Order: sequence, then structure tokens, then C-alpha cells
Amino acid sequence: MTEVEETLKRIQSHKGVIGTMVVNAEGIPIRTTLDNSTTVQYAGLLHQLTMKARSTVRDIDPQNDLTFLRIRSKKHEIMVAPDKEYLLIVIQNPCE
Amino acid sequence: SFTLAAGGPVSASRPGRPGPLQDETLGVASVPSQWRVAQGIRVETKSCQTASIATSETSTQTRKQADAEVQTEAPEPAGLLSVSWPDGPRLAAFLRRVEPIVTRELTKNWQSHAFDGFEVNWTEPQKTVTCLHTLGYPPAQAQELHVTSVSWNSTGSVVACAYGRLDDGDWSTLRSYVCTWNLDRRSLNPRQPSVVVEVPSAVMCLAFHPTQPAHVAGGLYSGEVLVWDTSRPEDPLLWRTGMTDDTHTDPVYQVVWLPEPRHNHRFQVLSVSTDGKVLLWQGAGAGQLQLTEGFALVVQQLPRNTKLRKPHRGETQVGATAVAFSSFDPSLFVLGTEGGFPLKCSLAAETAALTRMPSTVPLRAPAQFTFSPHGGPIYSVSCSPFHRNLFLSVGTDGHVHLHSMLQAQPLTSLQLSHKYLFAVRWSPVRPLVFAAASGEGDIQLFDLQKSSQKPTVSIKQTQDKSPVYCLEFNHQQTQLLAAGDAQGTVKVWQLSTEFTEQGPRETDDLDRLAAEVAI
Repeated sequence: MTEVEETLKRIQSHKGVIGTMVVNAEGIPIRTTLDNSTTVQYAGLLHQLTMKARSTVRDIDPQNDLTFLRIRSKKHEIMVAPDKEYLLIVIQNPCE
Repeated sequence: SFTLAAGGPVSASRPGRPGPLQDETLGVASVPSQWRVAQGIRVETKSCQTASIATSETSTQTRKQADAEVQTEAPEPAGLLSVSWPDGPRLAAFLRRVEPIVTRELTKNWQSHAFDGFEVNWTEPQKTVTCLHTLGYPPAQAQELHVTSVSWNSTGSVVACAYGRLDDGDWSTLRSYVCTWNLDRRSLNPRQPSVVVEVPSAVMCLAFHPTQPAHVAGGLYSGEVLVWDTSRPEDPLLWRTGMTDDTHTDPVYQVVWLPEPRHNHRFQVLSVSTDGKVLLWQGAGAGQLQLTEGFALVVQQLPRNTKLRKPHRGETQVGATAVAFSSFDPSLFVLGTEGGFPLKCSLAAETAALTRMPSTVPLRAPAQFTFSPHGGPIYSVSCSPFHRNLFLSVGTDGHVHLHSMLQAQPLTSLQLSHKYLFAVRWSPVRPLVFAAASGEGDIQLFDLQKSSQKPTVSIKQTQDKSPVYCLEFNHQQTQLLAAGDAQGTVKVWQLSTEFTEQGPRETDDLDRLAAEVAI
């Protein structure tokens, strides 16, 4: 198992984690633990949202930048770790 | 000029002539031709020559042709992508960089109670259940017909109701009606349906086509199954079974549309009847519904995992009164029976049914499992859209049974009415909510998250406590619920927000409900 797979497996094994995926700079998923259609939907939408969030942060203060994005919904918590080349998206159930 | 003395035996024999015939030689008369001389011989030589044929060659060519192929492609599977994508060192570096922060956040989030009990109000909450429309067809109501069935069409804007009678068990030639109202039409008249289809016998059940918004199937008291196209009000009948050997011999209590195997966009009609047959029909040419598959329920062939009355000798049919298909396994369905026990059945069953009922296709025995019985016939069953093992059944004993597919005994049994319960349906949006129609004129809305003992809301559909016979949630506009009653009225209810918005972890609670009670 490669280092990449091991890391993803470690993240996936955290409590309540439903899915993990890595998306490239174009919003194309390159690693996923979810089914294809769900992955494509999450990847496309969250890529857009993350780009929008980043430009919002930078428009408010050009010296600032987005470092992490958490979305709390009724059913899930979605976390996005951005980078110049990739996004790591993790979907987690809220705590009991 | 010539003198010609012709001779012959005729003239020789003639008397009175000057003598016999003599030879005479005449000089040769020659008559020179004057023609040549007159003409002279004039020969002239002439020549002619046609102009030489000029030929030249040019080439022509029709416009260039090109063939192109077009093929739509299924969306590229992300899974394949991930396989082909090389493990770049940069990806590994990225993951190394973000892993600590993601790990920290995941742990923090799992332990956090910051959002406990926090709810956002995005929309103005609908606090109470209100009646939006009271629909009825006065001629049918004048005949004292009941609303036996309601159905929403695929767009969710049209509601159809069937008029018939549930109380007299007699063959009747009473005219009956199927009416539809388009609730989104601005000129909605609650006393005047958009479409009225006259039917020669009481209509017992209705079901709109899952994709064709104007097609509706119905089952009659006479045993016939029909399909109408309500977009052609002058000639709405599309297909009918007619009265053949295959047709049900008892009233049809429920019809449902099923996708054809291997053709997901084409649908067949499945009908269940108290004659013990479950038949699958397909629209053929010439307006005829043709039997494609058939099942028959015979007491002797029922799985004996619960104590049932000892079967009589010979074949005894088990009358089916309701059907519900699993949302998870397209071949799995639950039948409600006159005997009061629900049956788990499969379309894939291959055992031949032990019956001598005439049929053009071999009838099969579908039953796989018998659940423990109600105190009387079942009127309605409903499979959970959120859990593969849960279903509900109601019947004449006024009890609702919550069953697991895995055990004969119900998980819970609740008495909701002192009279009959005629219909039960799971909510299409709330995993823990269902509605039941009672013989006392109420619609009872149950939220198992709030209470598993008593209804959360009980709505009065009829003032004089006449029974409610049918109800159906709208799967498109999920806040709507339609219910029909013995007064010939269809009421469209707008549900309060608590019945339309799924709470956090509700599916988990449903899983727990299915698991913990089963132990």
C-alpha cells in the first residue's frame, strides 16, 4: 500500500467518517472512498464553493487566505482542506 | 395500236363466224423509253464533310461527404480515474501536510456538542396541519359513492380519486367515476374535476403511472383492470383486460406500476384481488392488456412458520387485499390478505401454484414467509422507503403492526381505532413518520421519534365520523397529503414542518428501531 493510500485509510478510520476524497485543481476527483456519482457531485460542488470562499477571504483582506473550510449541515459535517493543487474533502456524521 | 384476235375453244365453237383461227405473226413493236434520253445522264460529283467532333474532358465532383459518429458516454466513473491517476509525490506531500489538521478537526468535531439542539429556521415553519382543498364530484356524491382510492400523478400536481363502494359486497351495475383535479391550475374548481371518466362498475383502486403524468391504472369491482389516458377526455380508455379467463374473478383491491425487467422506462401493471391471484399485465396493441406473469395464493402452499387455521381439503385461495413493494429489492413485495396475515412474496418465485384456475400463463406460488396475523382482514400495507426490512400493516382489527421482514411477530402492535383502519402509508421524507386512515373519520399522523404509543397529530377528515378509506402522500410536493372518505370527498392537507423535514440522525434511529426490538 502506498503512502497516499495509507494516509487516506487513516483519515477514513476516524469516528463517524462517511467518506474521504481528493480533488485536483480542476475539481476532478482523483481518490475517493464513496461511489462514483456521489463523488462527482461532491467534488464539483465543493470545489466551486471552496474557490468562492477563498476569493471572499482574499477580497476582504488581500493579505489573508483560506486555510480550512467546515460546513455544518443537519446531517453531516463537511471538511475541506485546500491547497494550490489539491483539495481533501472529508464527510463526517455529527457526534451522537 | 394493236389488234388482237384472241382465239380459243370458246370462239371456235361459236357458229356463224368467218373461218377457223389462223396463225398470224405480228411485227415486234418496240417502244423506246423516253426517260433516259429526256433526262440525259448528268453526273455531278459533290462531296461533303462533317466537321470533326471536338471532344474535351473535364471532371466534376459532388460535394465532399464525411461520416461522423456520435455517441453519448456514461459519465466518467471517478473510481476508474483514481485507479489510473499516478501517485505523484506532490499528492503524498499534500496529504502529509493536511493530515494533522484534518485529524485534529475530525476528532474535535466528533467530541463537540456545540451544535446540540441548534436548529436553523430557513423557512417560515408551518405550525399546524391545514386543509388546503376539499374536492368532490356532486353527481358521484349524489349516488352516495365513496372515494375508494386516491393517487398523485408523477408531477405531483394532479390528484385522482376513484368512486366506488366498499360497504355493499354486491355486484352492481351502478355507474362510477374516476375524477382528477389539477391543483396547480389557477381556475381550480373543487366541485368540478378537470377530468371525469365514467366507468361501468365500481372502481376499487387507482394508481398513476410513475412517469407518464396522464396515464392512470384502475381496478374494478368486476375484476377488470383498465388504463386511462386523462389527456384524452373524449376517449380516455387506453387498455383494458376485458373479461377473459385471465381476468380476476373478484374485485381488484390494488394496482401498482412496476418497471419491466431490463426495460426500466417501460412499465407493467400489477393487480391483486381477493380471488387469490396476483397478475402482471402489459399494454399490447388494440387496447388490450395482456397477461405476462401470474401468481396464485393457495393455503396449502403457504409457508407454515406461524400457526394458521388448518387448511381445508382441496385447494383454497387466499384472497389478497393489499400489496406493497420493497424500495430496496424490486422483486420483493408484501401482500395483505383476507386471512389477516401479511405475506412476504417474490416475483422471482418459480414454484408452480397448485391450482386449477384457468390461465394462459403458468401461475406460480410467490409466498416465502408468513407473518403473524391481525385479528381480521388486512386493508393496507406499506414498505418503508428508508429501511429494507420494515413494513406496516393495518386491518379491520384497528391495529397497526410494525413488522420486520426477518421475524413473524410484529415489532410493535398499536390499537389506533375501535373501528377499522383502512389505509397506512409511510412518509416519503421522514423515516419515522407514517399516516393511518381510520374508520372513525380521522387521519392519524405518527412520529415514532416523538412517541411510539400515540399519534402525534390526529386530523378530523369527516365531521360525522364516517370512515376515511384511503390516503396518499405526495412524493413531489412532500408537504401534501390527500385522503378520501365515505362522503365522496377528497381532502388535500398541508402538513406542518415537523412532518416534512428530516431531523438529524433520524435514519440511525430507524435502524435502531428495526434492530433493537427485533432481539
